Amino acid sequence: MTHLLGRPDFELIAGWIEPGHRVLDLGCGDGTLLKHLIETRGAQGVGVEIDDANILAAIRRGINVIQGNLEKGLDEFADQAFDHVVLSRTLQTVRHTEGILREMLRVGREAVISFPNFAYWKNLRSVLDGHMPVSEDLPYQWYDSPNVRFFTLLDFEALCAQMGLIIRERRVLDEQGNTVEANDDKELNFLGSLAVYRLTQNR
Amino acid sequence: MPGQSVGAVSSQRAHFNEPLTLRSGGTLPAYELVYETYGTLNAAKSNAILVCHALSGHHHVAGHYADAPNNIGWWDNIIGPGRPLDTDRYFVVGLNNLGGCHGSTGPSSINPATGKPWGSDFPIVAVSDWVEAQARLADRLGIDQWAAVIGGSLGGMQALRWTISQPERVRNAIIIASAPKLSAQNIAFNDVARQAILTDPDFHGGNYYEHSTRPVRGLRLARMLGHITYLSDDQMGEKFGRELRNGSFGFDFDVEFEVESYLRYQGDKFAGYFDANTYLLMTKALDYFDPARLDDGDLIRAMGRSHPDTGFLIASFTTDWRFTPARSKEIVTALLANNRNVSYAEIDLNFGHDSFLMEDAHYHGVVDAYLRNIKL
Repeated sequence: MTHLLGRPDFELIAGWIEPGHRVLDLGCGDGTLLKHLIETRGAQGVGVEIDDANILAAIRRGINVIQGNLEKGLDEFADQAFDHVVLSRTLQTVRHTEGILREMLRVGREAVISFPNFAYWKNLRSVLDGHMPVSEDLPYQWYDSPNVRFFTLLDFEALCAQMGLIIRERRVLDEQGNTVEANDDKELNFLGSLAVYRLTQNR
Repeated sequence: MPGQSVGAVSSQRAHFNEPLTLRSGGTLPAYELVYETYGTLNAAKSNAILVCHALSGHHHVAGHYADAPNNIGWWDNIIGPGRPLDTDRYFVVGLNNLGGCHGSTGPSSINPATGKPWGSDFPIVAVSDWVEAQARLADRLGIDQWAAVIGGSLGGMQALRWTISQPERVRNAIIIASAPKLSAQNIAFNDVARQAILTDPDFHGGNYYEHSTRPVRGLRLARMLGHITYLSDDQMGEKFGRELRNGSFGFDFDVEFEVESYLRYQGDKFAGYFDANTYLLMTKALDYFDPARLDDGDLIRAMGRSHPDTGFLIASFTTDWRFTPARSKEIVTALLANNRNVSYAEIDLNFGHDSFLMEDAHYHGVVDAYLRNIKL
């Protein structure tokens, strides 16, 4: 199965964006997702990115991109300035997990978050075999990984509950990007390689 | 260096008879602007870029003069065929601002009312006055709307001011190493520089032209001080360290450390050609610049005066302690609050405030990428 821009989570996220919606993409990379959302969904978008090469690539694509470090918050953005704040495959690289989640829901109505699930059975098997997991969704060796937080789907949901964040929608995907169905959350946690969430907050 | 120089260029003059009422309340009954252009204005007149100069800049932005091949424009490295301000695509205009000392009407020009140099009678000019004068030059050149207005430092302030004062006439603003207003520290540095000039016995209340002298010592000190603030500590350390010219201490007050030698050389060179009254005017224009004043100090409201379709590229340099990245981000924040199209790059370059004049693949790549996306 082929996916939008080679990224199954992008396909899901794009489906949630309506024309005219304002989107903030945190860790927007070279602006691929934003460009797609602007062109096909009629969204308005801004990206935040730390890496020089990505800043250059995003500007070359004609994307509005702000160079900055997510660890330092989102001070340049006003409260509730966006309909969606996207953090795709980046949460595990951020140290201030609670801080970034709070900031996302301060500047946006909805947080859209995808992350690799460390409890995916292949990852667990890899650890049981004596090695840190390397997979489609965790494509790094332990010594060059940008990831600093290792958590599972259930860990994430526990944190959301603790922070009073509301899960509006959850989609769990396997390594091929197919949606995983399961009998219960524990099984889902075991079968899913990548999780995509929509979060809101009572205001 | 990728791309080519624009080659041999020549400057032109435009005379304006319509009086210009200035922010300070003064009036210039008539004035001249000296300018240069590179590239060709297209039939739709949609490809013009205005380059605004900083404190010591002028109209000779790129290329060289046929009779002075070593006199290369101050921002030559970014302008020319294949360079970010690509003259195969764009028509680039640079001018010397009012109050300058490179050919446009300024304190050293003759005041027609007295037949003598303006000197201390030359009115204080503000960034908004420069924008007005630049707009009149645009009229003269048949340019209704700039594809982009670009500048670093005080030049960036002019680009910013354009978007507020003449929102319909600027499609993009590229604001580099700049700030929405000076800090107390910035103003303090400027005041020390001014005091150096004002207390020079050769200043003669600004009318030194009549005394056939120039406040060279004051101007030299002003430049030395300014120069320190344009460089980064690291860069000075790398370039000069504590190197001694003669290898050992002389135990006197002669030039000993290489950094002293460098600064004195820079000061002497500058004082040899720049006009002290112009230096005073330029630093005052910097100090007064604060477009948010119109809106009770609210920069968000001020930037709301810009056109919704105007695009902005804001760039800062990590080692610039004169106009720090945080100052550029104030502009970014105000633009984002107004839903403006804005990109911001924080460029890691080691040359302090002067980084904006340097050639760097990433820095120039960012400006190039932005400019290539502008539709003509």
